[in-house]
Amino acid sequence: MMPIIFVVPIVQLIILVHAATFEMKDIRMSVIDLDMSQSSRQMISKFQGSPFFRIAHTSFSYREAGNEMKKGNVDVILQIPLGFEKNLAKEKKSKVQIVINAINGTSAGLVSAYSLMILQDFNRALIVEWMSPATMAATRNIKVIPLYWYNPKLNYKTFMVPGILVLLVTIIGLLLSGMNIVREKEIGTIEQINVTPIRKIQFIAGKLIPFWIIALFELTFGLVVGKLLFNIPMIGNLWLIFLSAGIYIFVILGFGLLISTMTNTQQQSMLVAFFFMVIFILMSGLFTSIESMPNWAQQLDRLNPIAYFIRIMRMVMLKGSSFQDIQESLYSLVVYAFGIISIAIWRYRKVT
Amino acid sequence: MVEKEDIIIVKDLVKKYGSFYANDHLSFEVKKGEIFGFLGANGAGKTTAIRILCGLSYPTSGILKVAGFDVYTQRDEIKKNIGYMSQKFSLYDDLTVFENIRFYAGIYGLSKKEIEIRSNRLMEKLILGEARDKLIRDIPQGWKQKLAFSVAIIHDPKIVFLDEPTGGVDPITRRQFWDLIYQAARDGITVFVTTHYMDEAEYCDRVTIMVEGRIAALDTPEALKKRYNSANMNEVFLHLARTKVLS
Repeated sequence: MMPIIFVVPIVQLIILVHAATFEMKDIRMSVIDLDMSQSSRQMISKFQGSPFFRIAHTSFSYREAGNEMKKGNVDVILQIPLGFEKNLAKEKKSKVQIVINAINGTSAGLVSAYSLMILQDFNRALIVEWMSPATMAATRNIKVIPLYWYNPKLNYKTFMVPGILVLLVTIIGLLLSGMNIVREKEIGTIEQINVTPIRKIQFIAGKLIPFWIIALFELTFGLVVGKLLFNIPMIGNLWLIFLSAGIYIFVILGFGLLISTMTNTQQQSMLVAFFFMVIFILMSGLFTSIESMPNWAQQLDRLNPIAYFIRIMRMVMLKGSSFQDIQESLYSLVVYAFGIISIAIWRYRKVT
Repeated sequence: MVEKEDIIIVKDLVKKYGSFYANDHLSFEVKKGEIFGFLGANGAGKTTAIRILCGLSYPTSGILKVAGFDVYTQRDEIKKNIGYMSQKFSLYDDLTVFENIRFYAGIYGLSKKEIEIRSNRLMEKLILGEARDKLIRDIPQGWKQKLAFSVAIIHDPKIVFLDEPTGGVDPITRRQFWDLIYQAARDGITVFVTTHYMDEAEYCDRVTIMVEGRIAALDTPEALKKRYNSANMNEVFLHLARTKVLS
């Protein structure tokens, strides 16, 4: 059991952090250059020079390029029409076509954003090159330089590690506690316990505390791995992280125990635990931002303990938030912990 | 013989599941220090009754007193004064023999020193010396059963309830198990035991024979054999069960 509890999460941490990334490198591009002009070649070399794109295929037929995309060999098609340069010179504007494989909406959005960035860059270069200094001065040019606070390089690992740590602690905590009482029901030891004068609160405490220690240990372990392997920043107070984690784990364990008291077999318990876990995780803000969810979903997320904890972890770890900054989320978790554990104690029946 | 006090009093116990009577107006008393057998076929309502007496299950109606305490209102007091061993094996497989003893003795509030003394005495009694630090799952079934019984009375309860304690055990172990029961009775513990082995009924001071949720007979084994003109308890039981089916 011990290796399962400790090794698996670490392996998951390493795999998930590397796999669950939104960064796109090596976007494969098919180029159809019908213009064959200096400008068109310039544009292509802009794409080629970017770290995100790689020219994987060139042709003169849109159909051929389309087939490549169908086969999954290219992610994006850039078509430069005949007369591209001529139009640019004559009418001061011209068009190119970009076709993006949008099977995965998120990555399509990114490809589009990257392509536009490069085209804009190309545009600026043209203005410099073609326009006379006089006209250039007349053109108002607003240049936007984004600054990404708290994660300046937009490093997805920095962003993901705190979230994935939360998930690991959650999964371990919820499954261990969720299976626990129900397991005793299955093997029959619960009968023996129920016939003793043990108090409900003692029994639940006995179930909570060992898992609480395991889960906290797990988190510590994960933080160390995160620091050593991914060098995630740890700007905030470490004790604040542990304080929040301690409270959060009580919520999760209470949830698991509640499930455990309400089910009769480990299978039932697992299914119920997974049901909640999937909803909680997908609505947690780990993969999608909570702010972009519809209002009702945001309201519903007030009941999602994972959302609170991910928010706290990210704020404290990446932003160095203080107790005052996170106290609202923290108090919510305290209330949640008391509520859920009380219900679990109340639901645990010594007599049927 | 001096009339001993009644340690369990049951009057008109009824347990209904929907319209099915698992226990249909049971009334009996168990005297202090006796071995009281509760016999019947599977599904006759033995386990239902024992679970109610142990406070594991609510009765539908009836007056019940166990060790002088009321089953409805003094459940916790009752639990301090009884031991229980069920047909489902009830020690923790993944703990050692000693850890199991320490755990259950600890729940009953025995001190560390007391636990040490009692577990040593217990090991000696069961000749389990070298198995002290073995996992329960690694010791033979017969030992487990005997150990489970000893753990059930580790806190010197007034009454011990045994629900089919010898299920799935070989005849020799069963015999040894009954020796333990006798010993417990000699130490002043009242034994309430359910079984469907009719030969075990002979070991009891008095037996109750349950048929379909009712008490068909209650007396000493000798008196019952005489009354139904039978050579052994098996015949008594078959006689009672048959007349019930015929009627």
